[in-house]
Amino acid sequence: MKKLLLGDEAIAQGAIDAGLSGVYAYPGTPSTEITEYIQGNATARERGLHSRWCTNEKTAMEAALGMSYMGKRALVCMKHVGLNVCADPFVNSAITGVNGGVVVLVADDPSMHSSQDEQDSRFYGKFAMIPTFEPSNQQEAYDMMAVAFEYSEQQCLPVLMRVTTRMAHSRSVVECADSSRQQNPLNYNSVAANWVLLPANARRRNDKVTAQQAQLEADAAASPYNKFISPASPVGEKYPLGIIASGIAFNYVNECFPEGCPFPLLKISQYPLPKTLVRQLLDSCERVIVIEEGQPFIEEQVRGVFESQNILGRLTGELPRTGELTPDCVAAALKADSAQEAAPSFNSQLVVPRPPALCQGCGHRDVYTALNEVLKEYDNPRVFGDIGCYTLGFLPPYKAIHSCVDMGASITMAKGASDAGQWPAVAIIGDSTFTHSGMTGLLDAINENADITVIISDNLTTAMTGGQDSAGTNKFEAICRGLGVPEEHLHVVVPLPKNMPEITRIIREEINYHGVSVIIPRRECIQTFKRKAKVKK
Amino acid sequence: MKTDIILCGVGGQGILSIATIIGEAAMNENLYIKQAEVHGMSQRGGDVQSNLRISSEPIASDLIPKCAADVIISMEPMEALRYLPYLKSDGWIITSNVPFVNIPNYPELEEVNQALAKLPHVVAVNIEQLAKDNGVPRSANVILLGAAQQALGIDYEKLEAAIRRVFARKGEVIVEANIKALAIGRDAQE
Repeated sequence: MKKLLLGDEAIAQGAIDAGLSGVYAYPGTPSTEITEYIQGNATARERGLHSRWCTNEKTAMEAALGMSYMGKRALVCMKHVGLNVCADPFVNSAITGVNGGVVVLVADDPSMHSSQDEQDSRFYGKFAMIPTFEPSNQQEAYDMMAVAFEYSEQQCLPVLMRVTTRMAHSRSVVECADSSRQQNPLNYNSVAANWVLLPANARRRNDKVTAQQAQLEADAAASPYNKFISPASPVGEKYPLGIIASGIAFNYVNECFPEGCPFPLLKISQYPLPKTLVRQLLDSCERVIVIEEGQPFIEEQVRGVFESQNILGRLTGELPRTGELTPDCVAAALKADSAQEAAPSFNSQLVVPRPPALCQGCGHRDVYTALNEVLKEYDNPRVFGDIGCYTLGFLPPYKAIHSCVDMGASITMAKGASDAGQWPAVAIIGDSTFTHSGMTGLLDAINENADITVIISDNLTTAMTGGQDSAGTNKFEAICRGLGVPEEHLHVVVPLPKNMPEITRIIREEINYHGVSVIIPRRECIQTFKRKAKVKK
Repeated sequence: MKTDIILCGVGGQGILSIATIIGEAAMNENLYIKQAEVHGMSQRGGDVQSNLRISSEPIASDLIPKCAADVIISMEPMEALRYLPYLKSDGWIITSNVPFVNIPNYPELEEVNQALAKLPHVVAVNIEQLAKDNGVPRSANVILLGAAQQALGIDYEKLEAAIRRVFARKGEVIVEANIKALAIGRDAQE
């Protein structure tokens, strides 16, 4: 059955067809559409597959491990920085091993279209000794899901599946199976001693997983996804150039050579990096260029500490050191004919940037208007921002925040600044980000009665990623009370222009109160509100 | 055949619906398709684009190289200019001529129009006015698609059939409004 699918959707369909029992995820661009697809899929609903959003990536990863322990197949999805949040269970999942197959799908975002950094998740796979797959196109992404689950069960290890923005958010025709494999039954094949990481058990498992690496590399060398492609017409003794291309970089190489690549080409889509294939390429070529999406992961391994002069790539300037690959930069690196053709015929100096902005009618706008009005009464106020639509409050006309680092950092950074003597120290955080990683920081602040004012700007959804359910909806006052926020310093307001006098008065009073206070401006996201109104019509 | 298309506009203007219709028509013809979309932060009123490639032969890259696009379809005139380095020397621009001004430093509209007029193959249509005048206010993007039909090299009937399939579950009224919008666009290009 042919379907026109986003890379993310192909992954989701592939997982369902591979007998998935549950997906566990927190929304994050460019990975969100995987879970959304499973939530809307008829087979998934019929089978009652778990697909509700999790509070954060760590709870997601742990729930998936629990499902695997019971013998069933689980998928965990996140954006690259989400892997930092669940790094603890991710790394330890190799040491426990798995029972039912576990695939950890991480979508990296080189060029940072919607992210804070461009970290490359393949480093995590290597460091955790977990086999890593990197599909080159949507069809491969679909096909690989079944292979990855089977391999995970065969090796008793999770599999890391790494994609990047262009794979995740590009659509293509995918040939899908006509039916989905049955789910695994519950089974108790797992060994308790593997899952209890007391040092004695962990040492035994660590030795086992370390010893397993040679087999994983041999499997990668034999994998149908890693291919050594020789040119049709061989040259004398050695080729002047050989190419290693991983994941979607393989497509850019092929784009440069419509008549077929004139150089030996090693396609890599499964790790650990198979040294035998790399050796074969190095032996037949004078120089080798490594083309990979993300950081120079393969390139550094191939160059080694002695920095071979014959290995080219991002580290030698043939390719840009940072940022996403494009067919143009790959063509330039390969000096392909298409690079000469790419002198633009047209251009315009008139074009100006059009940055994103908070939507008209968004409640965050009213929150920033009120906050700015109050803060101009103080010398050197500092506002610690967080991750979400409201990060756009940094831009004009508001210019309202002074930091944004990672999920939940607003509250803890405000506390640290207050500890240093800063006043006023204001934290602004969204509802979904607060439950993701803000609650524990608030407890720290309360335990020391830090002199901070926390604004939880609640729009009843995870808005930045398109309006997914937010874990704490209707629970925020209870959460704050439970953590110890005093009743008289916990306020809920409705961020609308007509309520400005009330909101500014409360913000002012709470800044002047020298302890932890929480203000919750609450009004539904204008996007989800419009969408619901449309459905009602 | 091989057609490389850049669809562009401002987040929320409906370029992905145009892509869906073209993709549906192409899939029905058993053509190869690659369509890179933009999701996430820039959808909030920022510039957005989608690279859509259709071909009778397999397609390698999801992204269109510079100077390779056959057509730029733009919901906004300045956004059409943004992607000029990607346009082939004999490529076409099909654009709305109504500016979307959500930034303080938007260039003079007259200059934008002049820049467009200087290019060899441009169809600039006031799709919003046409949509209002013809009672299909929500289908301005499909009017633009109608205006692009010849440049795309896809048969008119095939786009029509794709619209019927894409909008089928939204009911007959919406299907007919979009069929009408497609015809308005086709007539506007002539």
